[in-house]
Amino acid sequence: MRRVYMDANATTPLLPEVFEAMRPYWIEHFGNASSIYLQGQQARKAVDRARETLAAFFNCHEAEVVFNSGGTEGDNTAIFGLVRPGDHLITTSIEHSAVLRAAERVAERGAEVTFIPPQPDGLIDPETIRGALKPNTRLISVMLANNETGVLQPVEEIGQIALEAGACFHIDAVQGAGKVPFDVSRYSCHLLSISAHKVHGPKGVGAMYVRRGTPVDPLMVGGSHERRRRAGTENVPGIVGLGKAAELAMESLADGAIDRVAALRDRLEAGILAIPGTGINGAGAPRAANTTNIRFDQVEGEALVIALDLKGVAVSGGSACHSGSTEPSHVLMAMGLDKSAARASLRFSLLKTATEADVEHVLRIVPEAVEHLRALAPVALGSF
Amino acid sequence: MSGGVDSSTVAAILAHQGGSVVGLTLQLWDQTRLAGRHGISDAPMAGRCCSLDDVYDARRVAEHLGIPYYVVNQEDRFERDVVRPFVSEYLAGRTPIPCSLCNNHIKFDQLLRTARSIGAGRIATGHYAVNEYDPARDRWILKRPADLAKDQTYFLFGLTQEQLAHTLFPLGGLTKPEVRALARHHGLRLADKPDSQEICFIPGGDYKRFLAAYLEEQGELFPETAGELVASSGELLGRHDGIFNFTVGQRKGLGVPSPSPLYVLNIDSVSHRVTVGADAELATRTLRARRLNWISIPELTTPMRVRVKIRHRHEPAWATLESAGLGEALATFDEPQRAVTPGQSAVFYNGDEVVGGGWII
Repeated sequence: MRRVYMDANATTPLLPEVFEAMRPYWIEHFGNASSIYLQGQQARKAVDRARETLAAFFNCHEAEVVFNSGGTEGDNTAIFGLVRPGDHLITTSIEHSAVLRAAERVAERGAEVTFIPPQPDGLIDPETIRGALKPNTRLISVMLANNETGVLQPVEEIGQIALEAGACFHIDAVQGAGKVPFDVSRYSCHLLSISAHKVHGPKGVGAMYVRRGTPVDPLMVGGSHERRRRAGTENVPGIVGLGKAAELAMESLADGAIDRVAALRDRLEAGILAIPGTGINGAGAPRAANTTNIRFDQVEGEALVIALDLKGVAVSGGSACHSGSTEPSHVLMAMGLDKSAARASLRFSLLKTATEADVEHVLRIVPEAVEHLRALAPVALGSF
Repeated sequence: MSGGVDSSTVAAILAHQGGSVVGLTLQLWDQTRLAGRHGISDAPMAGRCCSLDDVYDARRVAEHLGIPYYVVNQEDRFERDVVRPFVSEYLAGRTPIPCSLCNNHIKFDQLLRTARSIGAGRIATGHYAVNEYDPARDRWILKRPADLAKDQTYFLFGLTQEQLAHTLFPLGGLTKPEVRALARHHGLRLADKPDSQEICFIPGGDYKRFLAAYLEEQGELFPETAGELVASSGELLGRHDGIFNFTVGQRKGLGVPSPSPLYVLNIDSVSHRVTVGADAELATRTLRARRLNWISIPELTTPMRVRVKIRHRHEPAWATLESAGLGEALATFDEPQRAVTPGQSAVFYNGDEVVGGGWII
């Protein structure tokens, strides 16, 4: 059976170049980057080179790049590292749970937290953030691209508001990375988090831009790694993989590969919208090139995801709860969809390696599956 | 797949028969939801509804068998169709059975729907029961299983012909020890996992604590159902705090001193009067049931000799069953039966066959 993977916002496969770049650092160049002899120097050199690439990726100084374990650690570091009891944190109700749960925790510990809801199109209005400012606002944390709808948030304007208010600004750019060009100076942010596995790098590694002088407390303490901002022996192969993935991501942004993905996504969207009773969540707002979130009226999204998987198409709906089942998306509900509309919505997110044939295949499978689900008569129930 | 031995063994049997098998687990209740209210522990308990351990066990079985596996979230429906009615029944002084509601509304309705959605023709469960098609009557028949100690037909009386036609009970011909042996044979590590016993969503089986915690979470108050506690003679013995504290046949916690043991005989949900009396007074000769479902017969037209089971651990008793009109049935027992409890179900048997059943009024 032909299998098509359309859940790039969940994770992406390593590109072969990334795998090859990492390969020597498991066995041959296994050194600890903190060691002074040859093996250590080889490892250090690899980490430094990756740092150079990431600095170019963020458009920052190399000293402002901190390697860590991924997006959750970056989001947690920004919030736990800056927000103290009595401080005020502004974030949004459509953030990833790595931000939302951290925000709830600092609230339990005595910080004030404001969750800004989005407009119906999924966009955060920067003026709502301005209106939520308080004298003690310490941090504003907003995502670049929403993981479920792909909607791109106006981070430049929010950065200006933070600047004027004298608050720190963190961007969760896990879903934006590789999909839109980056420039931390344009965003006037203090912190920005990315994760390698969303950009064809390995799982378990990520990086953070930390602007010089930002007084963020480390989450992990121990050795003096990463200029005392993140203790723990460097994940050398992972960092090398992230470096290579970032390099390839910059190439894709420059050579038009991302525009090609956008065209495929638009083709997919048009094909699915030809099915009656469908609609795009977040339509009208600027969106990441690879993502579309589609509502299928009168369809139980969870059943459609399973049916599509059994037919070889991998997409997702809602967010996974602790047991692995699906809960209606908090993002879509925040945009004003009711529970059943949220449950009826699926996310298609294309890899940058997606092909026209992939899209055509999905367009052959999906309408049929939707029709089958809608045609099912309810099971005859007993008298009670 | 609940993560228990029975449904896991069903999966193993079907997977080894070579059919196209998909494993599904229903996520029905978030165990941590009421944690911290009224002393409900926030420690997850194994063997309870949808505990992470059980989902893990079910997934491991599916992985071992090499079948696709999914967890399907039905928390909203479970709350609406099982938990809410359970709470209302208790508050109204009846003693509900959530398992039958769950079978009817969730397992054999929603699960069957989900199965069809994903292209599966039938569902298979780990229930101990037998279903077979009888061409002579042109009906699907539900029968007691080989292992009578594990008989679950009492909870399955609400299944429709369509539901029975699309269901497999592969354990119907096996005993529990045979099932455990099969589980071992198929290399399932959970072959010796203990059976679950209590109502799955009630932590520690303490339903009063559950009611209090659930109502508090919902921002609702216990309805005011305090009233009189009277003897069967009509003599006023005292007052009680609410009818939800009682179930017919209950002996403990009546709060009335008496030389001989007293039992709850009747709970009046309108006047809130609770009548108590001696053990002998608990016995009744008749039973009325409504919301009936017929399995081996299309309709009850003439009186019929059946054996009636009035609670899960009850030895079915001989009775004559007749229609009482208005969608109700009347069973007259040969021998008076102790503690016929409103809210429980009455299931009618003809030999091993389930004739049908209904809810005791």
